[in-house]
Amino acid sequence: MSPFDDATLDHLRGVLRELSTAEPSAAPSLAFPLRPYELLEEIGRGGMGVVYRARDRVLERDVALKVIAPGGASADLAARLGREARILAQLEHPGIVPVHDVGVLADGRAYAAMKLVRGEPLSSWLAARGAERPGRAGERELAERLRLLLKVLETVAFAHARGVVHCDLKPGNIMVGSFGEVLVLDWGLARHHGSPAEAAEAAAESTAPAERAPAGAAGVRHATGATVSGAVLGTPGYMAPEQERGERTALDGRTDVFALGAILGELTAGAAPPAAVLSIARRAQALLPAERYPNVEAMAADVARFLARQPVSAHRERPGEVLRRWYARYEAPILLVVAYLLLRILFWVWPR
Amino acid sequence: MTFPETRHSVLAAVRSEDPRERASALEGVAGAYWRAVYTYLRLRFRHSPEDAEDLTQEFFARALDKGWFAAYDDSRGRFRTYLRTCLDAFAANKHRAESRLKRGGDATFLALDFATVEGDVRALELPAPDADVEELFRREWVRGLFARATRELERWAIERETPAVWEAFRRYDLAQGGSAGRRLSYADVAREMGLPVTQVTNHLFVARRELRRLVVDALRAGCASEAEVAAECRELFG
Repeated sequence: MSPFDDATLDHLRGVLRELSTAEPSAAPSLAFPLRPYELLEEIGRGGMGVVYRARDRVLERDVALKVIAPGGASADLAARLGREARILAQLEHPGIVPVHDVGVLADGRAYAAMKLVRGEPLSSWLAARGAERPGRAGERELAERLRLLLKVLETVAFAHARGVVHCDLKPGNIMVGSFGEVLVLDWGLARHHGSPAEAAEAAAESTAPAERAPAGAAGVRHATGATVSGAVLGTPGYMAPEQERGERTALDGRTDVFALGAILGELTAGAAPPAAVLSIARRAQALLPAERYPNVEAMAADVARFLARQPVSAHRERPGEVLRRWYARYEAPILLVVAYLLLRILFWVWPR
Repeated sequence: MTFPETRHSVLAAVRSEDPRERASALEGVAGAYWRAVYTYLRLRFRHSPEDAEDLTQEFFARALDKGWFAAYDDSRGRFRTYLRTCLDAFAANKHRAESRLKRGGDATFLALDFATVEGDVRALELPAPDADVEELFRREWVRGLFARATRELERWAIERETPAVWEAFRRYDLAQGGSAGRRLSYADVAREMGLPVTQVTNHLFVARRELRRLVVDALRAGCASEAEVAAECRELFG
């Protein structure tokens, strides 16, 4: 090491002094959290706060530490983080990131420590794969994307079975791992529909419509796909109409069905998807909840039927479509029979 | 700044009935002060490097043997000042001693890296005869704290498998000295390391935060009480 001269010493004292007096927003002060998390690097940032890769010194493992941004809305955000953690604690599923710990840092900011997952958001995954290709390659690509969607549907159906509606499903909140595993993230807006507390809260809001933000206010960040903060929470483009109108009492599993329909639309964007797939997306995104799939399982069943080349409930096939589907489903036996018949004809007409 | 850990008082350990605990506490005090003691002997008393090495070892050996630190009274000032006063008295007596052999020669009490410190001492200016000895000792003590914490930081980064954190710190924060020539910018370091500037600043933040923790740890080993640690921290970090 070079001599530790006075200038180096003064510089180091200066930067450590700055570190002590820095604004929490300028530099996260995790020097002495109540639990010994060791901040390693920032891995994400959003309206709610910052996510760090951090080291849990007690258990000697890396975690994702979600820390609420300081400011006027931090109390609301901290409440959302706490609710998210409680909901995640109830949902033990391979497609849902487990929460390890929640608490408050020494500087007063709330945090949640979660399992550190590796992968990329579905939005990046789709961008990296580009547009669907025509022909057989396109069919295989579509099938792969629909199988991925099925995993998302299974995860969301699991949450619905436990009374939890996500309310902010979008490609940015779905993580795709390197082995094709899928994780549904960001349950900060999730609702535990059916719980007495949630019902009371929703009823209180519904009787005070003047305090609600106008539905139009939700459209301001459409292009970024970011979650809009305020009384109307969700992401424009993925939000069901009843959610955009702020009708909390009307939110149920069909609210997520709408968002899943929008995701299906993104999965097949840039190509001419089969009419049956378009019908599934259209039914999922029906403006009236009663016209959508009654639940995520029903939508998943249609997607699975399409993958098995069976008729889907959302689509009435024309005769030509039935024939094409039958051909695709029984292509090998049909070709064998045709080849056999051709050979028979050949032997019959061949001069003996 | 808060100090969540309340360690067993160094002073209490130095006064312990248990000789092992006493020796261990003294080792901690020596770890925090040996560099300052050595540099002080070199600069203030103008001892040769060899004599300063021997005297540093002997000073801590004597302190353990005679229980000097156990006699410290915290109502009369900081432990650092008391230790420096002990050193002044010890060095004044030893100044009249004739040879290493008479002092007991090659006896080694602590494993200390004098060679590295000697390199730093040679780069320092000799103090004026009327220099503030308390300030001289304090400055060398702080230099020792940071040097020790910086070595610990490098080890920490390697153990955590985050060598880029150490590299960013080495290239930027340790290159701000007068001997380093042109000061590098964050962008320069980012270019050298092939990283985005934001990543470099993130690494620097992580390194500085850890360095502060390590400096406070080192400081705690050389203070008699948490109140003294807090006072020293206020002086160091504001």
